[in-house]
Amino acid sequence: MASDESTATARKATDSGKATDPRETSDPREAIVAHLGSMRAFALSLSRNDAEADDLVQESFVKAWKNFGTFTPGTNLQAWLFTILRNTFYSAWRKRGREVGDPDGIAAGKMSVKPAHDGQLQMNEFLAAFAQLPVEQREALALVGASGYSYDEAAGMCAVKVGTIKSRVNRGRVRLVELLHAEEGGYSEMTDRATSAVINSALKTGSLG
Amino acid sequence: MDRDDKTALEDQISENLKRAFGQRGPEELPDRFRDLLEQLRTQDDAAGAEKGSDHGER
Repeated sequence: MASDESTATARKATDSGKATDPRETSDPREAIVAHLGSMRAFALSLSRNDAEADDLVQESFVKAWKNFGTFTPGTNLQAWLFTILRNTFYSAWRKRGREVGDPDGIAAGKMSVKPAHDGQLQMNEFLAAFAQLPVEQREALALVGASGYSYDEAAGMCAVKVGTIKSRVNRGRVRLVELLHAEEGGYSEMTDRATSAVINSALKTGSLG
Repeated sequence: MDRDDKTALEDQISENLKRAFGQRGPEELPDRFRDLLEQLRTQDDAAGAEKGSDHGER
């Protein structure tokens, strides 16, 4: 969550009272900018890759900026932004002919690799498992589990009943556990730690910035 | 999978959800967003800062 300090030329997206550009403090729309990072994170849960996620954020940012008059001051700005983002995503989704709930053709089939040594998951194993969930479960897990919205808030943002969000979160979690843990009697021969270590080190361990 | 393993796994899932998709503080944005922001600001200056006339998204 800390800013990357390696690029000196980049202007910080937000200020804490040290704005050099007067437009940053006088225009209420500037408040959107502080949420772009979180929007990118949420977009990643919906989209299949970084580029598509950033396209989605860009389109949503423009919509939010241009329609800022429809935002009620004092209400949750980020929730409003996330709602625009998910609505934008689903519009494009439907135009592509996808049914909500379609796992989007991601290669099915279980990941039957045990969690890494000492119960630590490799992030990429987790991401690969997450990508296999249907989009409405990914969305629910991102809003509730990742971004910290309540079931009620998430239900409002997704225009569904609270029970539906709870069900999606629960099903998503159950599926992740299934995907990330070897089946009973599955990889019993891989309890050999050396073997597991070799397998795990063969997986890339990229980290998310 | 015994109970302890399952709990540990569920905790890891929660942690990974937050790390992967959770709240981010203000962060350095890629050029495309900084450029876009400049465009949006400039367009409005030129157009006279018209606000709220569109009701496209809620």
